[in-house]
Amino acid sequence: MNAAAAEPFDDVRQRARADTFGLWIFLMTELMFFGPLLFGYWFGRVEYAHAFAVASRHTDVALGTLNTALLLSSSAAMAAAVAARVRRATRIATGLLLITFLLGCAFLVVKGLEYRSEWHEHLFPGTGFAFSGEDAAAVRYFYFLYFALTAVHALHLIFGMTLLAVFAIALWRGADEFAAPRRIELAGLYWHFVDIVWIFLYPLLYLLGRSGT
Amino acid sequence: MSNGTERVTEADNYLAAGTTLRSWLTTHDHKRIALLYMISITAFFFIGGAAAVLMRFELATPAGDLVSHDTYNKLFTMHGVIMVWMFLIPSIPAGLGNFLMPMMIGARDLAFPRLNLLSWYLYVGGGLFTVVALIAGGADTGWTFYAPFSTLFSNTHVIFVLFGVFVVGFSSILTGINFIVTVHMLRAPGLTWFRLPLFVWANYATSIILVLATPVLAMTLLLLAAERLLGVGIFDPALGGDPLLFQHLFWFYSHPAVYIMVLPAMGVVSEIVPCFARKRVYGYRSMAYAILAIAIIGFMVWGHHMFVSGQSAYASLLFSLLSFLVAIPSAIKVFNWLATLKGGSIEFAAPMLYALGFIGLFTLGGLTGLILASLSADVHLTDTYFVVAHFHYIMVGGAVMAYLGGVHFWWPKIIGRTYPEMWGRIAALIAFFGFNLTFFPQFLLGYAGMPRRYHVYPERYQLLHVLSSAGASILAVGYLLPLGYLTWSLFRGPRASSNPWRATGLEWSTSSPPPPHNFAQTPVVTEEAYAYDSSADPKESRA
Amino acid sequence: MSGELLLFPPSASTAATHLDRLMLALTLLMSTVIIIVGALLVVFCIRYRRGARMPRANAPSRSRRIELIWSTGPLLVFLGIYAWAAHDFLELARVPADAMPVFVVAKQWMWKLEHANGRREISELHVPVGRPVRLTMTSQDVIHSFYVPAFRIKQDVVPGRYTTLWFEATQTGEYDLFCAEYCGTQHSLMRGRIVVMSPADFAAWLDRGTQQPSMAQRGFALFRSYGCDGCHGANSSVHAPKLDGVAGRTVALADGRNITADDTYLRDSILLPARDVVAGYAPIMPSYAGQIDEADLMAIIRYLHEGAAAQGDEDEQRH
Repeated sequence: MNAAAAEPFDDVRQRARADTFGLWIFLMTELMFFGPLLFGYWFGRVEYAHAFAVASRHTDVALGTLNTALLLSSSAAMAAAVAARVRRATRIATGLLLITFLLGCAFLVVKGLEYRSEWHEHLFPGTGFAFSGEDAAAVRYFYFLYFALTAVHALHLIFGMTLLAVFAIALWRGADEFAAPRRIELAGLYWHFVDIVWIFLYPLLYLLGRSGT
Repeated sequence: MSNGTERVTEADNYLAAGTTLRSWLTTHDHKRIALLYMISITAFFFIGGAAAVLMRFELATPAGDLVSHDTYNKLFTMHGVIMVWMFLIPSIPAGLGNFLMPMMIGARDLAFPRLNLLSWYLYVGGGLFTVVALIAGGADTGWTFYAPFSTLFSNTHVIFVLFGVFVVGFSSILTGINFIVTVHMLRAPGLTWFRLPLFVWANYATSIILVLATPVLAMTLLLLAAERLLGVGIFDPALGGDPLLFQHLFWFYSHPAVYIMVLPAMGVVSEIVPCFARKRVYGYRSMAYAILAIAIIGFMVWGHHMFVSGQSAYASLLFSLLSFLVAIPSAIKVFNWLATLKGGSIEFAAPMLYALGFIGLFTLGGLTGLILASLSADVHLTDTYFVVAHFHYIMVGGAVMAYLGGVHFWWPKIIGRTYPEMWGRIAALIAFFGFNLTFFPQFLLGYAGMPRRYHVYPERYQLLHVLSSAGASILAVGYLLPLGYLTWSLFRGPRASSNPWRATGLEWSTSSPPPPHNFAQTPVVTEEAYAYDSSADPKESRA
Repeated sequence: MSGELLLFPPSASTAATHLDRLMLALTLLMSTVIIIVGALLVVFCIRYRRGARMPRANAPSRSRRIELIWSTGPLLVFLGIYAWAAHDFLELARVPADAMPVFVVAKQWMWKLEHANGRREISELHVPVGRPVRLTMTSQDVIHSFYVPAFRIKQDVVPGRYTTLWFEATQTGEYDLFCAEYCGTQHSLMRGRIVVMSPADFAAWLDRGTQQPSMAQRGFALFRSYGCDGCHGANSSVHAPKLDGVAGRTVALADGRNITADDTYLRDSILLPARDVVAGYAPIMPSYAGQIDEADLMAIIRYLHEGAAAQGDEDEQRH
């Protein structure tokens, strides 16, 4: 017979603190994971300032701004969901989780539209890249970073959305213990992190070269 | 709580609590997970070791008469990949650490038991993936995967192998998170930071490195794969990229990685030496601070792998200085171990032989590291066998000996049986002798100019290579012997008491093997660590 | 197995003399330390073995003073070693101004070398004894490393950039050249030799190869055939920087920086002209990336160093 899993914690509050602590450490590892890409961006920004500015102007700032608004709203919805869950308003919490999820979906759809038009404009750094001439290498480097950063971000977003879907469905089905307030809070922390990463990516990728003329 | 040699009843024994394969593969018990790790680690060790045996066979003659150039290049690549990522990095933290960390702090399990199981699955999955890649032909880039060879020129299964390493990396990260939270939050009452065993300190510092450095490796490997698949141009000079960028990113992880490998080994030595000298560790606080200093400064020295790479002289000057600085806390540890021995009452059980071997071999390896940190010397010695000898002294003479010492030391606790002591000592001595015969000649080879990763070489280097290969055959015996007698003891070894070594430490206050939840009641700690008294009789372990 | 055993490579350069001195000191120091540590280990294990009658009571478990001594002591020694090695290293980084230039292009799995007078060698380098030699190196494919154990020098050879190595040979003879950065299948075979000759013998050897144009002359021909003089020539109407004596000069760039026009800058200006545009000029120069091979690039840069002299010889040769 399998031994029951040992409950290492003395009480629920200690467990909650441990979970939160663990998630913060995990978020630090995520920073170190994005780190090389951001370092590569900083390097390119310094070495190829002109080319980076040119490249950045070819991103779709309207869609990028829309996406920023969508994500910020989703974080607001997420925070509200957590608050609702903590005060045991489970139906409201479920609804807010769903709204957060849908806003995430909207973000992905907009991102998909952007990727599609960028593919058609040959901005994807493969063969037949749109730019030629002296700046081409650096512009290509910018676009590699653009696709890598936004794709890795999107992957993290999808993972977050999966979490939200699982919890929303669990709450709707009445699995209150599985979708405990503590866990919704942790999911919220993760969601806000994904949002914050985007808040850094947005100016780096979209607004560079757009100040002034 | 039993402290005699009476047979432990089924319900009190984590090994007997569930005997189906399923109970093992779905366990949340950190002790079972530790055993799962140790079994898989052993398997990978012998796979990596087989590659080394083939290499040493080939290198006994100057000509390439055993394998082709390409095969040899794949052998040293897979040897490095498997030994670094599938053996050395997990061995002490995930093998011994998983078992001991909760017990040493009086906890029932790690903070996140299910995450722990996931760590093991990621490790085994990634490791198996790498082995399949090996069978499919492996990679020939060296474990360092330098661009542009790995991105544009190698025709082997580079991405296949990278992916295995990538997955194993996540195993490391999750273990690191687990350990950090466990040490912060699950210490027993009275167990303040400066009462912790140094093994806990060592694994805690290692976990910090694991969580901060491994993600950089993960991203670097992804970039390498992107470069190889999509021709993006980050590392390709023809497309405006920089091969040195790869080296910076790679070594930013891989230098702290060597501290991931050696800090836990130092932790093991700090548990064994006081026990068999019956004396508390000299300078406990300095030892703890030295561990943290090594971990922190270790993040700042990666450029010492790149002195001749084309990096600027100013960068090299800085990295060299920092590399000398990181040697200071290591030296302090060696002095403190020696001072622990002085005035002790020393018994030469097998674990102690391994620990003493560690002290000597780590010192020699560390001193040669200082030579390599010296800029003008490194110009001559880098990329030669001198470097190979240096890191094998630390990794094999150091980390592997410490791992084996730890396995022997905690074997009675983990398995509930003792191993044959005479064979333990013989194996330790054979390994020590074989190790030195294998690797000391390589220092001479390096100074004489023999480059590393050479399949064939000029005849004048042959004598030293023959000595090295002879040593390797002896070293192999030193490793096969424990495989034999430890396996034998699993089934036929005499039952162990709860504290056969009369060691301090909370883990020794439980039965051998421990019950599933470690402690019936959470212990309360009132003493410093290593409360040994060399003139006392065998002590009862602490409650 | 032959009875030959190499333990100490010949010491055949000025750098080797310096390094061997440092290595001797370091070896003595490290041996002393390991002997002391080993001796203490053995002595303590014997004196304090279980059962030996030794006074063991009241053993101190820490001593601030002792710990301070054995922390700061090694630190001072380490700083001394660091400074000595760093000093020698900076010597290696400072190329003497009168060094004889040689140009190296590494490729899998051979070395292509060219002297300034145009004489080429494959995996062999003839040099005069007692004269500094400067190698300007690049790779055509992967990273290699130029290693001469007898000279105690090594430098990675990287694609896409120039790395520099200098040495002064102190005795005649033949010495191993190894590739020291793993570069693929035949890495172990990417070897060669350095042939050090007396100055007279070397001059004679170099002269035997005067049938070919010098590197600078070849560079001038390339300068014209690639159309460089169309914009940079004296009679051009295009506003382009004049290149007489440009090598080594300080150049003011459009972004406000001043840099020295070293070989790397000259190479980058040909391959990535938009990168560091000269102040007062528009970024209209086209890139030659992918069109000129490494050896020809080195020849053009050689021409930019030697300038009018090469031009004159070329005109003479054609007559």
